Amino acid sequence: MDNFPFALQEHSSLSNAGFDNMTASTWRKIGIITLVHLGFVAFWWVGVIVTDVPAYILPTPWQALQTLQVENFNWWLHFNTTAQEVFGGYILAVIVGVAFAVLFSWFRTANLILMPLLVTLNMIPKVAMAPLFIVWLRFGIETNIVITFTICFFPILLNTDRGMKEVEPDLLDLVRSLHGSRWQIFAKIQLPGALPYIFSGMKVATVLAVAGAIVGEFIQSDRGLGWFMLVTQEALNTDAMVMALLLVTLIGVLLYGAVLLLERIFVVQDARVE
Amino acid sequence: MAKPFISLKNVRKVYRTKEVEFEALSDVTMEVGNGELVCLVGPSGCGKSTLLRVLAGLHPHDGGEVVIGNSEVPFNPRKDIGMVFQQPLLLKWRRVVENVLLPAEILGLPRKEARERAMYLLNMVGLSGFEDQYPYQLSGGMQQRAAIARALIHDPKLILMDEPFGALDALTREKMNLELLDIWQKSQKTILFVTHGIQEAVFLGTHVAVMSPSPARLADYFAIDLPHPRGLDIKTHENFGAYTRRIYKLLGM
Ligand SMILES: Nc1ncnc2c1ncn2[C@@H]1O[C@H](COP(=O)(O)OP(=O)(O)OP(=O)(O)O)[C@@H](O)[C@H]1O
Ligand SMILES: [Mg+2]
Repeated sequence: MDNFPFALQEHSSLSNAGFDNMTASTWRKIGIITLVHLGFVAFWWVGVIVTDVPAYILPTPWQALQTLQVENFNWWLHFNTTAQEVFGGYILAVIVGVAFAVLFSWFRTANLILMPLLVTLNMIPKVAMAPLFIVWLRFGIETNIVITFTICFFPILLNTDRGMKEVEPDLLDLVRSLHGSRWQIFAKIQLPGALPYIFSGMKVATVLAVAGAIVGEFIQSDRGLGWFMLVTQEALNTDAMVMALLLVTLIGVLLYGAVLLLERIFVVQDARVE
Repeated sequence: MAKPFISLKNVRKVYRTKEVEFEALSDVTMEVGNGELVCLVGPSGCGKSTLLRVLAGLHPHDGGEVVIGNSEVPFNPRKDIGMVFQQPLLLKWRRVVENVLLPAEILGLPRKEARERAMYLLNMVGLSGFEDQYPYQLSGGMQQRAAIARALIHDPKLILMDEPFGALDALTREKMNLELLDIWQKSQKTILFVTHGIQEAVFLGTHVAVMSPSPARLADYFAIDLPHPRGLDIKTHENFGAYTRRIYKLLGM
């Protein structure tokens, strides 16, 4: 086990790798991304004005933004609730998914027995599990965390599992010819080698995480942006609904951004799985 | 030959899968002296890589005798093997110097000294200044040099090279050949070098072992009696042509 600190330090020594190349082209990329988004908002805004759609069908971005001022909409509570569900379920899925994949690579029989079952379970539409979870656990933040977790778990597990298997046999031979331990193979070769795959699974899971939390809230809840959308729908408060949608998206973007940042820190450019 | 460093007697190796048994080595007998550079040639699939794997202790052999080391030059199978493959197999997430240090880490060698030695070796293989680059920033030839430095970091007594220059272009390959001879002369290591290049085998080797397929055994084993240190001009030496013809003949060409 004495190698573990070393393996960790090995990653921190990379921490500059991603930032070294914050060059002109990176800034240009950021500029383009910003412009495209502003362009989209402008397109929406102009479109609403030109076509003269009524606000209850589609409000302008400004009208949507203004709903933030309505105090009894309790925006912060709902945003916070959904964010907790998204981040909570997601982080749990990353931890458990990676842990499972690691165990699978250590115990081949576990892999042999459990993997086919997991592949089948993965076929269950996770969204359809949500009503059951609510029956079992009652509705609430924790239940929605479980729903989010269930959705995010599989892509992370399966990607990590694939990454752990993706080791050059000759490289293993090289380590074995020096009588390297299994732990050394894991800490120095398998895990860092699987990191790009872990991140690619994590990126897929970000989208699912937001969907999971919202579905949970749609089915039964008393707070959160999903619940809020249902309530405002009944009142035909389309501007508030759109604002809620924007905030849900914001949560997803924050999550995705955090994952990209971590990837930049931990994965050398060339090894990233795009 | 006084005391062989490697002594193989009637070595046999059978690969077993569920249905079939495949005899990859039938009967290999050879002796390699300490500090020799033996080139192993033979048609594809005749068991060259298998022989290296048996020597590296990666595959148990099914018959015969494998002895490495002697009373003067003891051999520790845990740390006296360096390996180089056709692909550099550098770890993408490690800088060049950290890649070179991998075997030292696995063996738990003192870090400071290992680092100094890594710098020395990188200089020797012509990579000083590239220590802190990542593998993707290096050309194929440079990556392979780093792989050679990695094979030397723990100062092993035996280096096993499996078509190390097979993936390089002809010009780089010639350069690497010259450098390998240089490294070999400086380090005085015993090297087993698998190649498909017959010219390369004669150019590099103190000895050449020609393997034949089914039954997989040595068709011939002979010393290359050309002077060292060798330069490219050795290829015009009259004996050079004789050696290459001898090998071509053995391979049925
Ligand atoms: N792990 C294995 N299991 C079963 N058969 C194997 C295994 N490894 C190699 N073989 C078989 O053993 C034979 C010798 O293989 P080996 O890799 O030693 O040949 P080689 O001389 O190195 O060939 P090449 O020049 O193409 O690299 C081949 O026919 C191959 O199919
Ligand atoms: Mg081979």
